[in-house]
Amino acid sequence: MDFLNAIVALANYVLIPGIAYGSQLAIGALGVTLVYGILRFSNFAHGDTMAFGTMIVILVTWWMQGAGISLGPVPTALLALPFGIVGCIVLVLVTDRTVYKFYREQKAKPVILVIVSMGVMFVMNGITRFIIGPDDQSFADGPRFVISARDFKEMTGLEEGLGIRTTQVITVLTAIVVVALLFWFLNKTREGKSMRAYSDNEDLALLSGINPERVVMMTWMIVATLATIAGTLYGLDKTFKPFTYFQLLLPIFASAVVGGIGNPLGAIAGGFVIAFSEVTITYAWKKILVYVMPESLEPSGLVQLMSTDYKFAVSFVILLIVLLFKPTGLFKGQTI
Amino acid sequence: MTDTVKNTLLFVVVFTLIIISGFFQGWNNAIFTLNMGIISAIMALGVNLQWGYAGLFNVGIMGFVALGGLAAVLVGMPATPGAFSAGGVGVVLALLLGVGTVVAAAFTYKRMPKGRNRNLVVTVILVFGFFAFRALLDPNVALIEAVNPAATGYLGGLNPYSVETYRENRWIMLIAWPVGGMFAAGAAWLIGKAALGLRSDYLAIATLGIAEIIIAIMKNEDWLSRGVKNVNALPRPVPFEVDLQSSAAFVERAAALGFDPVEGSTIFVKLLYALLFSAVLGILFWLSQRALNSPWGRMLRAIRDNEVAAEAMGKDVTARHLQVFILGSAICGIAGAMMTTLDGQLTPGTYQPLRFTFLIWVMVIVGGSGSNLGSILGGFLIWFLWVQVEPIGLFIMDIITSGMAEDSWLRAHLIDSAAQMRLMTMGVIMILVLRFSPRGLIPEK
Repeated sequence: MDFLNAIVALANYVLIPGIAYGSQLAIGALGVTLVYGILRFSNFAHGDTMAFGTMIVILVTWWMQGAGISLGPVPTALLALPFGIVGCIVLVLVTDRTVYKFYREQKAKPVILVIVSMGVMFVMNGITRFIIGPDDQSFADGPRFVISARDFKEMTGLEEGLGIRTTQVITVLTAIVVVALLFWFLNKTREGKSMRAYSDNEDLALLSGINPERVVMMTWMIVATLATIAGTLYGLDKTFKPFTYFQLLLPIFASAVVGGIGNPLGAIAGGFVIAFSEVTITYAWKKILVYVMPESLEPSGLVQLMSTDYKFAVSFVILLIVLLFKPTGLFKGQTI
Repeated sequence: MTDTVKNTLLFVVVFTLIIISGFFQGWNNAIFTLNMGIISAIMALGVNLQWGYAGLFNVGIMGFVALGGLAAVLVGMPATPGAFSAGGVGVVLALLLGVGTVVAAAFTYKRMPKGRNRNLVVTVILVFGFFAFRALLDPNVALIEAVNPAATGYLGGLNPYSVETYRENRWIMLIAWPVGGMFAAGAAWLIGKAALGLRSDYLAIATLGIAEIIIAIMKNEDWLSRGVKNVNALPRPVPFEVDLQSSAAFVERAAALGFDPVEGSTIFVKLLYALLFSAVLGILFWLSQRALNSPWGRMLRAIRDNEVAAEAMGKDVTARHLQVFILGSAICGIAGAMMTTLDGQLTPGTYQPLRFTFLIWVMVIVGGSGSNLGSILGGFLIWFLWVQVEPIGLFIMDIITSGMAEDSWLRAHLIDSAAQMRLMTMGVIMILVLRFSPRGLIPEK
């Protein structure tokens, strides 16, 4: 029995990766939820919006690395992030003007907008692949670890190491800052309040003199910002590949729906619920159990509930459970 | 110009395009495009049944197509000698146990009074059942996968012939097609029971998920269909090219038509496939048309146009939705089994949602949702474009870059990325059609 080692192993393999992944999903799900709350459709192009923003960040990062600009120990990508955000905002606003605006004026049914967003998804996916290609790209630089597993072992004398990667720390810190800023914006500023009013009751908001086009524009700008940040953090933590970003759509949707689609607080909670379920269900628990179980009871297998390839199945099953038993999500939907 | 003339003209245009491509790229390619066009048209018919008739938003087509492909393997391949006796019984028992667990949990949930006790009992049943299921499944799977892992390592299928002679049993593949439809129908029933009746975009997200899960299962459960190791050399309902080439009568006939035996045999085989596929398409089209114009079809459209009113008239909306969801998915399953038969192999790694789900949606939207003829036209046209955009893109890129230096990086990049033009073109076509002709090329009457 060795609880200390068990706790360290748990933190190293489950808690820290789960928190980082959860933050990435949460920021992604915030974007989906905002589009749903204000524009009232499920945006299938969100994964590809993330990919596009990240692509610009990568291109600028490469340029900066070539020009010798760096942030010291912090990845250069953070310096390139504002450029990516601006690029993504431009793309999303152009898309809104040329594509979505028409349907908004027609007051088209939400499902039509979903189908339109499928077309947009194709185009954005095409643009990204056209510019950067369909392959894996890595753009993280700087030291990989804040504490490496070996240093930790030397420091504490424990058997288990606790490695904390730079990207994980940055992910969590950025997520906290982004979420705080977003909530401050939505609750305290005039623009944010008009967005919430518009989401709550469109007609009433129009009557009180809120300019709908301005609200929509603000929404798209925030969504593009969130998408680029989520995409860059995910790319730094793992790797950038356009197809993976398209696939992230499922866990992101699951997070938004589990939390209650349209509700920002729910999106964050949903992101962590999905991330932790994925990590705990696909993790091989043997490593931790050997420390807490008496030797005679030690498991012989890996004690992995499901192979990692089934991680989509996990988000899906949780999604299904929530849809069946609590269709409004953990938090009540439709309130920004 | 009447509708009939216009529609005929549209089809003539599409087939002329395919024929022109035959002159430039060879008849083998053209007939292959035609065959895949027929399969795409069948998938589009299935999706149109769901979306056009009933307004159901299914983005899990890929999963149903893949299930059809799985059926082709499970019906067409011979049983692997020794695999079933090694672990087959155990796997079957484990699966039964898994189903039993879910049924027991559902039964308990229905029968017990609401409260903490019920949740506790259901959780215990599920957790205990899951571990029992894994304890029974894992060792048996290992046993099956140990049977000659390089060549088989899976249970095999139901083809009664032996491992050496199974390819002589050609017609079994025709049985595999409806079985593929039934597999897809089963999955559709499960997902429909859970997700229909919820809001439309929830169904979309649920189907997106089920498709990914089906592909994950097919990639990972090696005992079922060898996973990413693929199953090759499926039997096929048409003769083999090699046999034709060694038949004197065929060589003579091909020579009389001016073909050498190799080219003649490949074209002949593809034409036979085209005939078979057209027959299936014809039957499904006739059935869909009948359904569309029947009282059942009118009821579906009434539900689609105003659910509340239809419900007030006493129509069982959820039941009709489930019905049409199952039927449409089954059609996609049939098409999937046909496609795997045409390929001669099952490769779970190649199923991608953009190609197998969203492209079919482009076909339905461009052809005209709610119109069966439109879906078929969309199937042929979009498939043709999907195949041709790449060479056309390359051609355009060659022209654009012709002025640049041979070793310019931009030139190399542009020519490399011509292959990525497909997605963009499809997206642009879809957006343009939705904007300027939302009812499609052949609108619903």
